[in-house]
Amino acid sequence: MLEWLSEFWKHNWEFVVAIIAAKLLIGFMLVNAIFSVWLERKVAGRIQDRLGPTRVGGKFGWLQTLADGMKLLIKEDTIPAAADQMLFRVGPYIALVGSFLAFIALPYGDGIIAREMNIGLFFMLAVMSSEVFGIILIGYGSGSKWSLFGGMREAAQMVSYEIPMALCVLVPVIVAGSMNLSEVAKQQQGIWNWYIFHDPFTFAAFWTYFTCAMASCKRAPFDLAEAESELVAGFHTEYSGFRWLVIFMAEYGSMFAVSGIANIMFLGGWSIGLPWELTTVFAQFLGEWPGWIVGNVLNVSVFMVKGWLLVFVMMWVRWTLPRLRIDQVMMLCLKYLIPISCILMAGVSLWTLYMPLLAQWIISLVIFVLSVAGTGFVVFRLITWAALPPGTGMPGMWRMEGLPGYQGAAKTH
Amino acid sequence: MLQTDLHSYVQLFAFGLVAGLTGLCAIATVVTQNIVRSATWLLFTLAGTSGIFFLLGADFVGAIQLLIYVGGTMVLVVFGVMLTAQGPFIHMKTNGAEWAISIAAGILLFSVLSVGLGSEYLARATGARGVSKDEDTKDSHHAATIGQALSGAPYGPERKNDNNAGTHYLLPFEIVSVHLLVVLIGAAYLARAKRRKEEIT
Repeated sequence: MLEWLSEFWKHNWEFVVAIIAAKLLIGFMLVNAIFSVWLERKVAGRIQDRLGPTRVGGKFGWLQTLADGMKLLIKEDTIPAAADQMLFRVGPYIALVGSFLAFIALPYGDGIIAREMNIGLFFMLAVMSSEVFGIILIGYGSGSKWSLFGGMREAAQMVSYEIPMALCVLVPVIVAGSMNLSEVAKQQQGIWNWYIFHDPFTFAAFWTYFTCAMASCKRAPFDLAEAESELVAGFHTEYSGFRWLVIFMAEYGSMFAVSGIANIMFLGGWSIGLPWELTTVFAQFLGEWPGWIVGNVLNVSVFMVKGWLLVFVMMWVRWTLPRLRIDQVMMLCLKYLIPISCILMAGVSLWTLYMPLLAQWIISLVIFVLSVAGTGFVVFRLITWAALPPGTGMPGMWRMEGLPGYQGAAKTH
Repeated sequence: MLQTDLHSYVQLFAFGLVAGLTGLCAIATVVTQNIVRSATWLLFTLAGTSGIFFLLGADFVGAIQLLIYVGGTMVLVVFGVMLTAQGPFIHMKTNGAEWAISIAAGILLFSVLSVGLGSEYLARATGARGVSKDEDTKDSHHAATIGQALSGAPYGPERKNDNNAGTHYLLPFEIVSVHLLVVLIGAAYLARAKRRKEEIT
């Protein structure tokens, strides 16, 4: 019997590994949603000068999302009489599956990937586009005007924003010469080799991509599909309970997925910024397998921290900027983002073909130094501003001495 | 003794599952009378086809299938709903004659496909037509030949000395494209004609 089992294992270990990988991915997606919702509430609270969750699970409200999840699980799951029953039920799951499939091709570390694909990037873009279909079905199947408006807006938005998003992602692909996400990440060892610093075009492509990615996750300022001030709650007006939860798991999953693409294509993937692959470094000191495990634990944590940093930036933008109008959203894409991304793609092709190598190297160094200096300056100003006593001219404050009601610098001195 | 290697079973099971679901969804596409539900079933069918491509290891074709057809179905739903909707949920009635015609067309297509595939299989099995018996289907260049013929290039690598060296499918391909154009114009005309009638009345 034991002999048979070991023989069985020798032939079929891949299936066991595949099942474990699938479980891990689903687990990660759920934990990611729980953590991101908590983070979103804390960030929103901080930006709007309130506390956010503080009670459930200690001082920082760590368990608030779990409590919410419990509430949503036991909440009544209503289906409106006017709704198309089948589409109403099936929509959230299409959205969730579209978002989940993207994680299959996403590498978290050196060899930590569910399925290695030559066209991993393209696969991720393709499956994430099917998430929109779920949203449209949700909007249409609800049988409500608000939902239908939300769904149609989402369709219009996604059909347009997919184009600049894909074109911007192609800019580092042209530099890297590969769509294999692990390979692209491995080419960027050392922070100065990150593709965002490679040339002016990739630098601009990162910001353009990130804008489109925010729009594709229907995050504010592009959350026209939701637009709670005009459309009640947009496409998910009629949803409650677990189905509503599923919609939001899909949204937070795809937020991490697009951030993961940005990480790998522009920000070095799981590289912490050192010019060596951590697994090979640790393999020299600890032996092959322990080194691989230790190195990859570090890699995966670096990748997740980077991903959540980008997710944090999305939240920061959401709670800072006001929502655009639908015509402004469409104009931004069709008049600006698409031409910009076309120019970026043509530019980076010409750059890699005709620019002398020395000039490429110097300019990428200049971009790197300027970005680091700029980031340092911003962080320094933020810290000094935060240290000021209250009432002494925070950024954006209206400094007008003569204005009635002004309690600025003059009073405290 | 039990079989210890599950690979062939799992592959067969996965293929059967995906293919069966795809077939069921295809039937549901035809049977459903609600236009948006039908489009949803169509989406599932196309996604199932891409699943078969992924099972075969053709990642690129599978991803293309997903990207193009999901986008296409989405546009179909949006325009299908926006241009033709009169009630909130449209129901299409299919009468007996339509059923008969479509079933006949389906049987005809199935028989053409099975005869084509069957004759190829027979030729392979008996070694007729110069196709060697143990030639692996995976290594054959038939798909490439058809692709080249579609693009107007008249020959594939192994058909150079064939009598059919001159055949290419550019003309039928173009005719199909023109047919698609006709369908597009027709759809636009139908949608506009309805609106005009509303304006008059």
